[in-house]
Amino acid sequence: MAGPVHILGLSAYYHDSAACLLRDGAIVAAAQEERFSRVKNDAQFPRHALEFCLRHGAIKPAQLDAIVFYDKPILKFTRMLESYLAVAPAGWRTFAGILPSWFSEKLDLRKTIRDQVPDLSASVPILFTEHHQAHAAAAFFPSPFRESAIVTCDGVGEWATTTIGLGRRTELELLKELRFPHSLGLLYSAFTSYCGFRINSGEYKLMGLAPYGEPMYENTIRRDLIDLKEDGSVWLNLDYFDFLRGTTMTNERFHRLFGGPPRPPEGPIERRHLDVARSIQVVTEEAMLRLARHAREVTGLPHLCLAGGVALNCVANGRILREGLFERLWIQPAAGDAGGALGAALAAWHSRWQGPRGRPDDDNPEADAMQSALLGPSFTDGEIEDALRIHGAVYERLDSDALLRRVVAWLAAEKVVGWFQGRMEFGPRALGNRSILGDPRSPRMQSMMNLKVKFRESFRPFAPVVLRENAADYFELETASPYMLLVAPIRPALRRPVPAGLEGLARLAAVRSDLPAVTHVDYSARIQTVSQRQNPRLYDLLQCWRAATGCAVLVNTSFNVRGEPVVCSPDDAYRCFVNTEMDALAIGSFVLERGAQPSRQIARRVPLQPD
Amino acid sequence: MWALLKEFLVFLRQEKKWWLVPLVVLLLGVGALLIFGTSSGIAWALYPFM
Repeated sequence: MAGPVHILGLSAYYHDSAACLLRDGAIVAAAQEERFSRVKNDAQFPRHALEFCLRHGAIKPAQLDAIVFYDKPILKFTRMLESYLAVAPAGWRTFAGILPSWFSEKLDLRKTIRDQVPDLSASVPILFTEHHQAHAAAAFFPSPFRESAIVTCDGVGEWATTTIGLGRRTELELLKELRFPHSLGLLYSAFTSYCGFRINSGEYKLMGLAPYGEPMYENTIRRDLIDLKEDGSVWLNLDYFDFLRGTTMTNERFHRLFGGPPRPPEGPIERRHLDVARSIQVVTEEAMLRLARHAREVTGLPHLCLAGGVALNCVANGRILREGLFERLWIQPAAGDAGGALGAALAAWHSRWQGPRGRPDDDNPEADAMQSALLGPSFTDGEIEDALRIHGAVYERLDSDALLRRVVAWLAAEKVVGWFQGRMEFGPRALGNRSILGDPRSPRMQSMMNLKVKFRESFRPFAPVVLRENAADYFELETASPYMLLVAPIRPALRRPVPAGLEGLARLAAVRSDLPAVTHVDYSARIQTVSQRQNPRLYDLLQCWRAATGCAVLVNTSFNVRGEPVVCSPDDAYRCFVNTEMDALAIGSFVLERGAQPSRQIARRVPLQPD
Repeated sequence: MWALLKEFLVFLRQEKKWWLVPLVVLLLGVGALLIFGTSSGIAWALYPFM
């Protein structure tokens, strides 16, 4: 009798490379390479992530039935050739710069993969999906829906930049696509870069900046930069962009349109930047709404699945939900390129092996196949204690209940607590296993966590994690948001009036609600709901917190500092802990207080990177 | 490498993009010169032109 089918999915070479292992269609493990290499958004071949997946699945490369890569190199390469040819001789410098890596590893990916996985049997096929096929598969197959409309939207794959598709049980079909260079993702990235943030990682900052501004440039964008069609497709006016010809996203003409040159990284944030951020956010939301509406018209289905980098724009996701275009919405938690590894593997499982899906249940949207996105490595208490001992850490071991009580006491005393438990999350968000927690009721928590713990920009809001059954008490959100991918308003009863006359970033100083640390200046919050089934340990902590304080909400931010990936191992966690002003750490069964730790310097494994 | 070449030919036939062939051959030639021209036995043939 044949054994189970093992499929390894890989994504690499653009940003956030990752690996994912399936066993008979069920996700065994998935992780991004950056967590192991400690290089943020690492795009290198995911060697460490791949090794972790095989180790976790207790299999050798020879036992794999297939490796699937998340895009088609020949198609992508010829798209680049055609694009550069169309603008030649402009762009030759960029083109010459990318050729060596294409010829040495990206084009003949079968050879690259066999070189990187030496024990791979020659009979193991190496397969390829199209980029947006992988995104669509990652959006639909793990979703709780039997059938659903699918929208994928990112910068660019091979040619497609946006697709509308249809998923029915184990089949998936892409019905429509928008092609490069016309791309909502590239448009948003162009503004990200213009406002001084890094492309492919700073989009979140632009979204966080938007509520401070006014949509002064919305008409300018829609009149001069793009043609936004009724079906949600976005056609760029290439006279304003430089990504085909040069090394930057935008050109002089673009800069003139928005009143000045791009903001340099770390430069002062002016009123103009706030208004630009708000304007592009408004346009993006409108484009996503139109796309969703068109997907509903084309498919006639009441459910929608989303993936692709633009699906991480949780403000736009919240609007799609509130507009009531679909009865239910499910967003792949690893919506960016990392999730492509999962999608590629799932696409192969259902198409080549005709494998079944788990048990999608339309009536229970929380019954997805993502295992709460907790798909990364976990560490035993023995392994954690070994790591702490190596660093000479001062720690105490507690039983489960005592640990919860200790953490709650710290939180109630306005202390900032590192929380490292169980398996690491897959995708960009920390969902309560590699998190930093705080009291959302504290007026000083936001600036304290931003400036002293995370060392990041003070304007960035924090996300609340709330007990699922209490979410509606605090937020205007009726549905679950297990992956922190929906933004919803805080309940009016909890809001506080903001002093008149405050504008721009000055609004940050005002206490806006009873939960000031998680209330953005527009009274919105990026919500994570937690059920017992989803994450029992975090659920117990929130229960204990609610019993002690009457509040069912905590601040949840990722366990890292600006410029480094989320921590993966106990060693990463301890190094991060002692290099910040975090007050305490709960790691496995151990608790540590910052003040009790040895004063000697413990360096990071990899220096902080530009963010 | 042969599998890649075969796939490329299939792709060209499917997409009817034969016009890419001279471009790719040219690029491969330039690429080969750049790679081998720096440290191999054909360097002598390149330097007189530079």
